[in-house]
Amino acid sequence: MNSKTPRFTLITLTSLALLSGCSGETEAPAGIAPQKFTDALFAVMEADRTVYTRKVVQRLANEEKVIKASEHWSDDKALPLPAQMFRFGSEAVAEKTDAFSYTLQSIWPINEQNSPKTQMERDGLQYVVDNPGKNFYGEETLGGVTYFTAVYPDVAVSPACVSCHNEHRDTPRSDFKIGDVMGGVVIRVPL
Amino acid sequence: MRMSNTLLWILWALVTLALCGWLGYRLLLSDDNEIFLLGQTSHGHHQIELACTSCHTSAFGGQEVLQDACMNCHGDALKAAQDDHPRSKFTDPRNADRLAEIDARYCVACHREHKPELTGEMGVTRPDDFCFHCHANIAETRPSHAGMEFNTCASAGCHNYHDNTALYEDFLLTHAGQPDFLEKMRVPVRHPATDEVHAKALTLADIDMPKTLSMDSAIPSQWQHSAHARSGVNCSDCHNDNGAEYGAGSQTSAWIDKPDHNSCRSCHQEQVSGFLSGMHGMRLAAGLTPMRPALSWKPMREQAADITLSCNSCHLAHDYNPVPAATESCLGCHADNHSLAYKNSKHAALWQQEISGNADSGSGVSCATCHLPRETHKKNGKDVVRVQHNQNHNLRPVEKMARDVCMHCHGLDFTLDALADPVLRANNFQGRPATQIKSIRMAEERLRQQQESRQNRSTGQ
Repeated sequence: MNSKTPRFTLITLTSLALLSGCSGETEAPAGIAPQKFTDALFAVMEADRTVYTRKVVQRLANEEKVIKASEHWSDDKALPLPAQMFRFGSEAVAEKTDAFSYTLQSIWPINEQNSPKTQMERDGLQYVVDNPGKNFYGEETLGGVTYFTAVYPDVAVSPACVSCHNEHRDTPRSDFKIGDVMGGVVIRVPL
Repeated sequence: MRMSNTLLWILWALVTLALCGWLGYRLLLSDDNEIFLLGQTSHGHHQIELACTSCHTSAFGGQEVLQDACMNCHGDALKAAQDDHPRSKFTDPRNADRLAEIDARYCVACHREHKPELTGEMGVTRPDDFCFHCHANIAETRPSHAGMEFNTCASAGCHNYHDNTALYEDFLLTHAGQPDFLEKMRVPVRHPATDEVHAKALTLADIDMPKTLSMDSAIPSQWQHSAHARSGVNCSDCHNDNGAEYGAGSQTSAWIDKPDHNSCRSCHQEQVSGFLSGMHGMRLAAGLTPMRPALSWKPMREQAADITLSCNSCHLAHDYNPVPAATESCLGCHADNHSLAYKNSKHAALWQQEISGNADSGSGVSCATCHLPRETHKKNGKDVVRVQHNQNHNLRPVEKMARDVCMHCHGLDFTLDALADPVLRANNFQGRPATQIKSIRMAEERLRQQQESRQNRSTGQ
């Protein structure tokens, strides 16, 4: 798919919205609204992340114990951790397109680089922690570009999430339970 | 006055046309385009600086074109090193503010070319304290770093911008406390240099060189004792430009008197690829004449100045004996202090023991042991050990040599200390390291504090 297509769609949407405002008529947008776009992206991300955590890491590393999952997966000849799997996907997407970007962050990150950095990230991550089951949406300008920014809760879905985060020597929090919001997925779409 | 102006205009037009024609000729038709060189390039690129299109692959496209050129040659090495600062980290919008200081999406943000007055040892054209721009608050999460100058992040032997595979904290902790000299000091035994399998070993009776050709009388004997003859590789396999179809005893007009790396490549793809990526072969890869020691910036032997580098310049055609290729070939050209000191080093003594049959295979240390290291790759679930023929692959920064070379024989503490000692590097590691790199001790101390803190939390203190 052309990497510019989502951006083009959004520009078209915006233009249509402005035009319809001028004419005083209300028409249904012809493309995908940013929120619908990010919601759909997150649905795929969350599903893949859950499947990898439960059916690969939890099953093979924690229950069957046939292979380890390790932060140093290459040296240890082990499975990448679910958070690394997610990040590698994010980096691979970044090499293919600038139509959207996504990161996994937390108020309690094991890797300091994954703590919230912009005000919207801080607000969004706090919101999804304080309001379980809800998402956070907003707009922010970074480097002169305005983004639609969505923050989705990242929930501990398996014992593997909880035990690894609680026991990691760099963790700033060690009382996570299954079902807790441990962090958030931040998706950005340039407008 | 009017006539005078007309003449001047005509003169101006003629001079302009002549200049354009001359520059156009130099740019498009002549091999000598030095006039367009805007400034000397770095030590990594000076050999190919007159092959402008190696980097400037298009006149249009700006930084993206240059970035593609950088990644075309260096991308695989960065991926193999699990680059700690990949481009994707900086294309993330949340880091947009950081790009105002250093636009790290592009290699040229730190590695500008044609700027000899700015270029440092690593080919970096920024002041050494560049880590400051993103890690100014490091002491908040790592109190042990408080007060450290930002120009010591890399120079103290603790961190590299790209490759930290021998420096990351858990690696330091895993290998902390190893003895200086490991119980078993061996480099891996290399496997055959190709997967190509020929039918059977050949003898002098099988030689398939055209009978109309003459050759040095020593050649048949050299070939007979080579790995090529043992592996069923006949004259035509290298000397014919379509060796695979060339049957024994055939006569052909496609005979090549002096096969080059392209002939070798038909069986030794990985080795030739490595050769073309390093200082020895990069001129050939760029379509230039072969590298000669006279073109090097490093001290070289005068009598070797005009040797042209190819596979055969080190491997000696027909012999293809890996032993002289591992030291004598190197020392035939290189005359820097490190090279000159080799013969009196402990490494050289171990190598002599090995090649004289008095010590185990893999116990000696030749030039190639460190600079053309034996790398272990997985192929179909099995370890395959091959020689990396890009001798620059692990040279800079020096810590790149730790895992694939030094740590076959030495503990990590000793390795990092020795690699960081410029005197030891110059005298070919004769003596003890003068300083101790602090990173392992710092990692151990941090672990101790974390364990203590966790213990206190669990006991409610």
